[in-house]
Amino acid sequence: MELLFEKSRKGRGCDLLPPLDVPPAHLMEGMGREAPLDLPELSEVELSRHYSALERRAHGVNNGFYPLGSCTMKYNPRLHEELAALPGFAGVHPSQDPADVQGCLKVLRLAEELLCEITGMDAMTFQPAAGAHGELTALLMVKKYHLDRGDAGRTKILAPDSAHGTNPASAAMCGFTVVNVPSNPQGGVDLEALRAAAGPDTAALMLTNPNTLGLFDPNILEITQIVHDAGGLCYYDGANLNAVMGVVRPGDMGFDLVHLNLHKTFSTPHGGGGPGSGPVGCKDFLRDYLPAGYVEEGPRGLELRDPEKTIGRVKAFCGNFTVVVKALAYLLTLGAEGIPQAAQGAVLNANYLREQLRGTYDIAYGEGPCMHEFVLTLEKLKKETGVSALDVAKALIDQGIHPPTMYFPLIVEEALMFEPTETESRETLDHAAAVLKAIRAQADTDPAALHAAPVTTPIGRPDEVQAARHPVLRYRPPEVQP
Amino acid sequence: MNTPEHLRYTKSHEWVLFAGDGTAKVGLTDHAQEALGDLVFVNLPEVGDALTCGETLGDVESVKAVSDIYSPVTGTVKAVNEDLLDAPESINADPYGAWLVEVEGITGQEELLDAAAYQALCAQED
Repeated sequence: MELLFEKSRKGRGCDLLPPLDVPPAHLMEGMGREAPLDLPELSEVELSRHYSALERRAHGVNNGFYPLGSCTMKYNPRLHEELAALPGFAGVHPSQDPADVQGCLKVLRLAEELLCEITGMDAMTFQPAAGAHGELTALLMVKKYHLDRGDAGRTKILAPDSAHGTNPASAAMCGFTVVNVPSNPQGGVDLEALRAAAGPDTAALMLTNPNTLGLFDPNILEITQIVHDAGGLCYYDGANLNAVMGVVRPGDMGFDLVHLNLHKTFSTPHGGGGPGSGPVGCKDFLRDYLPAGYVEEGPRGLELRDPEKTIGRVKAFCGNFTVVVKALAYLLTLGAEGIPQAAQGAVLNANYLREQLRGTYDIAYGEGPCMHEFVLTLEKLKKETGVSALDVAKALIDQGIHPPTMYFPLIVEEALMFEPTETESRETLDHAAAVLKAIRAQADTDPAALHAAPVTTPIGRPDEVQAARHPVLRYRPPEVQP
Repeated sequence: MNTPEHLRYTKSHEWVLFAGDGTAKVGLTDHAQEALGDLVFVNLPEVGDALTCGETLGDVESVKAVSDIYSPVTGTVKAVNEDLLDAPESINADPYGAWLVEVEGITGQEELLDAAAYQALCAQED
């Protein structure tokens, strides 16, 4: 398939951007480009066809089952798109006077109220652009909180060994040292190890609950108590909130800050389908540290204010605003009854699919029930047949099913992590189970076919090693290629 | 699986070669590179860094995951095999030639295994 740059013809093109209607900003001396940007020049129809062709080669939630673990690929109702496209939302200029956009600010205010109710927090910012950005924002707040109190020795972030990779990455970005807390045999946090790790140098604990094994940690109150007793804060990674929303609140589990992924839990498109939104909520005592541009009630209605000890701005304007519109539409559609029902449906679907597969595949930490996701371990299958988690994942593609998350969490060998979500029907789950059973049978009879999968896609197996070792990150015309 | 007799091994799959002049070279075992798969990135300490046995000295990244490398000895980094930064695949091709760091001023070490004991450990893990 030709790239946009290869399709480009000089002088062709279309004006998709509206004329400039604000005073032009001037860059500092020496900051501007010297040569014009080399952008592809295409007509609108060529551009449209290019993206349609790309879409046909991709697999989205609208193409089929998409059980990616820790990603909550639930269906995103069309209604949300319609609401986000209303001219009062979509046509608003970000520099508009707050007095003119009270409706937009009301959206942020109402979403904050509802999401604080769900999470047990007292205030929320919508600036972070996605989950990892939310983590960074929350950790910057943690850092400022400790420093403001003169507590400069709190340099360590505790994270379990089952944590999302973004947790230690965000902590490192923020200048903290990461301390890995091992899991216990049941898959939860090892309390003794946590007690040993927590101390006067602990800034915070980062925890997902239910965790990446799909297990709710029954010791959660003790866990947050241990960290609080050591003077640290507790941060809730909201990636798995879909399992418990409207049922149990992070704030009641002892967490001081949370981030949410509106683009997962609250049904807005993601994974190439649209920008994310990673709001951060906090308890009252951290409110003053929220990013600049927080919606508050003022004498002229709602306005954007900078909290007293703010960490500053983490994103331009109000973040990815229309994502919040879509999430609010979801919240208002489901209501106080529908939100917990969605969580219960997610947990039921995960357990249903898991029990269908029990006996065919080994389930990691599979003794009790799971929450919204579960992890298979194909270690034994690989030893017996040579068929790996990767092979099974690739074989699913040929059957019209998106692969689950592979090789994560790291504490499970040959891991496949499934999160079916509540929006899938029983028939879809039955079909997925049948496909997975057929693949398991084929591992004995024809493993070579599984090593060769997928065969129905435009690209079979990309050379991941080559891509990682020698990534090509920008297009260069053939004549200047090194 | 290749386990040369003249090396000592950790339970976390590093090898160590004591040179006799008080220095030692450290690398990843054949078993480790096999289990990790094709390596695409190596993160090593800097010359002069202090290492503590049993603690992380760096990490290696495969297509699947990032894995920590643990130091078999306590000491100071004398040299780093910088060729690996551009060619991490050397560890897959020649795990006992592709040393990661050379350590001097060694004051302590992990519980180390000889080739036979290490082989038994790997057999047990499989």
